[in-house]
Amino acid sequence: MEPKAIFEAVRATFGEAVSELQEEGFRPAFLVVSPEKVREIGRFLRDDPAMKFDSLMCLSGVDYPDRFAVVYHLHSLAIGHRIGVKAYLPRESPSLPSVDGVWPTANFHEREAFDLFGIVFEGSWDLRRILLPEDWEGHPLRKDYKYPEFYHGIKV
Amino acid sequence: MKARAEALPTQEMLINMGPQHPSTHGVLRVILRTDGEVVVNARPDVGYLHRALEKIGERVTYAQFMPFTDRLDYLASMNCNAAWAWAVEKLAGIEVPERAEYIRVIVCELNRISSHLIAFGSFTADMGAFTPFLYAIRERERINDLFEEICGNRLTYNYVRIGGVSADLPDRFLEKTKEFLDYFDPKIPEYNDLISYNKIFVHRLANVAVATPEDAVAYGLTGPNLRGSGVRFDLRRNEPYSVYPKIDFDICVGTGERGTVGDCFDRYMVRINEMRESVKILRQAIAQIPDGPVMAKVPRVFKPPVGEVYFRAENPRGETGIYLISDGTVNPYRLKIRAPSFVTMNIFEKITRGLMIADIVAVIGSFDIILPEIDR
Repeated sequence: MEPKAIFEAVRATFGEAVSELQEEGFRPAFLVVSPEKVREIGRFLRDDPAMKFDSLMCLSGVDYPDRFAVVYHLHSLAIGHRIGVKAYLPRESPSLPSVDGVWPTANFHEREAFDLFGIVFEGSWDLRRILLPEDWEGHPLRKDYKYPEFYHGIKV
Repeated sequence: MKARAEALPTQEMLINMGPQHPSTHGVLRVILRTDGEVVVNARPDVGYLHRALEKIGERVTYAQFMPFTDRLDYLASMNCNAAWAWAVEKLAGIEVPERAEYIRVIVCELNRISSHLIAFGSFTADMGAFTPFLYAIRERERINDLFEEICGNRLTYNYVRIGGVSADLPDRFLEKTKEFLDYFDPKIPEYNDLISYNKIFVHRLANVAVATPEDAVAYGLTGPNLRGSGVRFDLRRNEPYSVYPKIDFDICVGTGERGTVGDCFDRYMVRINEMRESVKILRQAIAQIPDGPVMAKVPRVFKPPVGEVYFRAENPRGETGIYLISDGTVNPYRLKIRAPSFVTMNIFEKITRGLMIADIVAVIGSFDIILPEIDR
């Protein structure tokens, strides 16, 4: 299915929760959705017979200049089409529902986004730091991250 | 007797496997909760080798990031180099000369063979058979010699460039590659005679840690691990890039020939068979390679247009995805590397429940993970 058709279909079901289709300069194109609806939309995209997005290729956090985003890259092994889903989050309290119940593979990706961006995935079955030590302060991939001078009293 | 066994109190025990353990292929720590010899739960703990490559990527230019991709999956540096180049070229819309694309396919497939050889060798060594490892290293040595001729390096090649490759192939390189293929092709049945169908070896792998096709897709297994579960999906065929559409080869999948589809043996066998397919690809690429330039015109100060792109390539360990955001400056605004081994570790906890401790070694080996790529 073409991105336009996917956008129309998701919009027919979820209405205003799907606000925009980003096409120009984006490969694949993105559906911009409201963060609180991510899990329902994900389940729809996975289960709908015309969509069948059974594979979550990648889940990334992004720190845009004025806000965060969580980006989902979806692919359907059965049909062979792909689409991106993007949910913008406010910088102050970035949190949205976890999709690890929809695609189990999301768990490690979400832990990584939590670790490096501080984005909270509500209802995740296991949300801990994954790459950094458990006692690390801050979230390094944020653009305003300050490099620490000391780690456990050792100058770095 | 029975009453006595019931009266004996048993206790679960917590054991650390790694981060320093020869069978974990690097600094992987697995936290095992065991009941006697049976694993109740095995939880992987990754991150010991985290070097913040994504953060580094935001501070260097697109071309400067190339040597860092060598350090992602150091057993398949050519594939990582090429994946980065393809992603950036897709973002900027650069047309690469055909000869350069053929050279990339040739070096990628050679590197796939050498990576699968290490997977095969170290896996059999983990299973207690040391000799096949020496066979694998012997063959890999010849591939390393070929790469050394191309770019001077034996492990971290830094050969591919955005827009092409750094230098044309040296004299007689294609003949030497052909000689290697003629030498290597008969070796694969030799491996099968030596170890693949050895009764003890099969017993250790068949029906162990089965990943069903549904689980494999849902948990994001890719590459040989996905195909080991019987899913016929290969990016070189299903989402073709470079010159792969012009080349004919089969997709190897697990068939459950000694146990269940998706067990450790299937994952092992897919890699053995894929080496043969790579030989096929190489022969065709060598026959088809045209003359011409090996570098496109790329400006010295390279600024791709504003945009976002997700590119994925079929690497020896699975799908290496690169999500690139450009804001029109010389540095990437954000780059995310979707490392296949990292995603593979997600299913580990699920499929190791109820196995014996010795089987954990088989599972790690059959997934062919590599730690620098997991931790980035």
